[in-house]
Amino acid sequence: MRGLVLSFLLLSSHLYGAGSSSPYPLDDVFLDLTDKESLQRGARTFVNYCMGCHEMKYQRFQRVAEDLDIPEEAMMSNLVFDPTKKLGSHMSNSMSVSNAKQWFGNVPPDLTLYTKLKGGPEYFYTYMRVFYEDSTRPFGVNNLLYENVGMPHPLVHLQGIQKKVCKDVPRIAKNGGEMREAITGRPLLENKCGDELVKRGVSPLELVENSGELSKEGYDSLIYDLTNFLYYSGDPSRLERQRIGGFVLLFLAFFYVFAWLLGREYTKEIH
Amino acid sequence: MEEKNLDGGRRKFLLGATAVVGTAGVAGLATPFVGSWQPGAKALAAGAPVKIDISKLVEGEMLGPIPAWRDKPIFVIKRSPDLLERLNSRNDRLADPDSERIQQPEYAKNGTRSIKPEILVLVGLCTHLSCAPKFRPKIQPEQFDQDWIGGFFCPCHGSKFDMAGRVYAGVPAPSNLEVPPHYYEDESILVIGEDDKEKV
Amino acid sequence: MSGLQHSVKNMMNWIDARLPVTETYEKHMSKYYAPKNTNFWYLMGVLATVVLVNQLLTGIWLTMSYIPTAEGAFASIEYIMRDVNYGWMLRYMHSTGASAFFLVVYLHMFRGLMYGSYQKPRELIWILGMLIFVALMAEGFLGYLLPWGNMSFWAGQVIVSLAGAVPIVGDSLATWVRGDFNISGITLNRFFALHVVLVPMMLLVLVFLHIVALHEVGSNNPDGIDIKKNLDDKGKPLDGIPFHPYLTLGHDLPAIVAFCFLFAIVMFYFPDGGGYLIEAPNYERANPLKTPDLIAPVWYYTPFYSMLRAATFPFLGLDAKFWGLVVMGGAIVLPAVLPWLDRSKVKSIRYKGMASKSFLAIFVIAFFVLGYLGVQHPTPLKTFLAQICTAIYFAYFLLMPWYTSVEATKPVPERIPIK
Repeated sequence: MRGLVLSFLLLSSHLYGAGSSSPYPLDDVFLDLTDKESLQRGARTFVNYCMGCHEMKYQRFQRVAEDLDIPEEAMMSNLVFDPTKKLGSHMSNSMSVSNAKQWFGNVPPDLTLYTKLKGGPEYFYTYMRVFYEDSTRPFGVNNLLYENVGMPHPLVHLQGIQKKVCKDVPRIAKNGGEMREAITGRPLLENKCGDELVKRGVSPLELVENSGELSKEGYDSLIYDLTNFLYYSGDPSRLERQRIGGFVLLFLAFFYVFAWLLGREYTKEIH
Repeated sequence: MEEKNLDGGRRKFLLGATAVVGTAGVAGLATPFVGSWQPGAKALAAGAPVKIDISKLVEGEMLGPIPAWRDKPIFVIKRSPDLLERLNSRNDRLADPDSERIQQPEYAKNGTRSIKPEILVLVGLCTHLSCAPKFRPKIQPEQFDQDWIGGFFCPCHGSKFDMAGRVYAGVPAPSNLEVPPHYYEDESILVIGEDDKEKV
Repeated sequence: MSGLQHSVKNMMNWIDARLPVTETYEKHMSKYYAPKNTNFWYLMGVLATVVLVNQLLTGIWLTMSYIPTAEGAFASIEYIMRDVNYGWMLRYMHSTGASAFFLVVYLHMFRGLMYGSYQKPRELIWILGMLIFVALMAEGFLGYLLPWGNMSFWAGQVIVSLAGAVPIVGDSLATWVRGDFNISGITLNRFFALHVVLVPMMLLVLVFLHIVALHEVGSNNPDGIDIKKNLDDKGKPLDGIPFHPYLTLGHDLPAIVAFCFLFAIVMFYFPDGGGYLIEAPNYERANPLKTPDLIAPVWYYTPFYSMLRAATFPFLGLDAKFWGLVVMGGAIVLPAVLPWLDRSKVKSIRYKGMASKSFLAIFVIAFFVLGYLGVQHPTPLKTFLAQICTAIYFAYFLLMPWYTSVEATKPVPERIPIK
């Protein structure tokens, strides 16, 4: 009975984007919260590129400094740009609601709990890597995961420009196999675009060579660190919780031995 | 139903052992409840050290009670040479002239109760019942003291303190005004709330 | 007798002359005889009590840091999770406890269905239990609003608007419950008072009465045998054992420890429960202008929520929304009349006929299916399935007077069978 319920609870929600109706598959990301250097780099990226618009008003600088092993002076001089803020201040910004609405159509959301809101870090990790050029949009970019998103791409100079392209992919036969030329064995190709490519597991985007400061791996690594930081921020006590949980379980198992032996003392009399 | 005492010893041992382990468990369970009452990040953030620019302080002037530290009013006074001269002239009238009671950090246990002789830093709460004492720097006879050489007077119950915050004998307040931990970051920045980390 | 034992005895005599402590202890613990064949299903009562204590203690502690206003509530939850020492632990103990409460209570009620614990002379225990169940559902709903997340808001919106389904007075009733024309901070303030003070008090009173009523007639057992029918020469049931220490230490203590172990696994490693214990949309502040993709209640309400949504057509001039309310409300309160629906001469499923066993089995399956459907987007097929399962749910109860009287039952032994 308990097993049934537990497995019901552990049924993960489908990992699909939900900005609009586009079911773009999310990429897996395996984060390591014990990697403090990664978290530090993520924090640096966040305060430099994101915090102007996106607050983390439920988190204090002090907690970040403590958990990420950043000394107080380093924190204040490198990661806190607002002179009115102290170490114990919350990570809020000074963008007014009315300005935000005017510039972006809506207030950029607070990101403290973002990875929790999206059911995990996969959404953010994917989202930050699937911006592409779209001249019909106010800021010149669109996003595969969140169609017609109101956000510009603040890291475009690092990633480079991605364009939505059509690609040649192997034709698929009715039995699901790749169709090939009879003599050479080369795959028969067809030109597909957009959602059709996504269905085949092929990215519909192409990065313009050398349009960004970072390589593809470098940018992915940057986003990995940033995602790691966001994931940490959603639940800073996660590691401590799991650590204490281990001790609690050990104690309870130990206690159970005594409770069971004592219990048997009495139940053996009943039967 | 009869209680079989075949394993009476075993039963007693198990009862005892289970009770002991169980008590340890209860203590562990109590930890979050008791621990959550300790000051958390919010209190600690509010209690963070305060920095004050003292470069514009004029002689004989007091800055305070704002900015506060840990919700306590702070007095920062620049004593004039006149006041400093008179400072230790009537120590016989004081209850604790050598600051024996620990109402100040080690570095303020001296004749001026301060790091720099002219700058006095005090917690602005009377040590009797926490009223705010009034700053009375003028050396002149006062209603509450004919031989007033400057200091603080508490209007609630009449306690008097000298220009180093030391309490007079024969008043309700039992001890000298508290000197908070503090240090000078540089010539003009006074940090209240912690000791100088380099010197510690 | 040693000196210490003598002093304790004197002290107890002094107290007992003024307050019947020893008498009460003996009546309800050391000399209260319970059946000797109680099994796993009989642990749920004590586990529910443990969870109740957990909810009360952690709830009180959360109240120390929680801010019950629309402006401050959401931020105060994060304050608890981040700034308050061990605040995250208290919060997760409380949220996991809420789910644990319903799990244990559902299993507890299922025991009642299986062994006919609601039958005479235990009808009042059952009715009190049903009142506790309804109060618990209210408590859970009220509590869910308090974090003032987006799901809190929209769940509140949906459920309070149910009141609007009542004919004629519906809209006024919904406004009266809200204290405003839309769910707002005003609603939050009053729900806080109800959740923290009124309903817990009601629960404590009801649980007290529930236990006293139980002790008045004694526990049922998996064979449905009345142990008071066969007494020894001292007047004690031959098939009974003193509750303390045989059941308290023999059964309950190990069970409590094992339960804590499972509870700790969820609480320390899966507190969000994959979005089923703490729903993802609740990780942003309440936003009246942004509806979550899927408004689903927490798992323990989903069977009844399914039934609510299954009512899709108007009937007899009243709209589907009204019938949804009737069906859902009916499903929650109908079990209360089980003592009068069950016409069987036999209490326990072990001796009932194939009809009872079959109906109970499909009832359970339907309940689970309804639960699963409750977290899904409705589609025509799923809605139809929900309607079938709702019909099965009601059939279990409404047809019971018939199938329990016509089915062939097995003879019930006089004494509890020796294994």
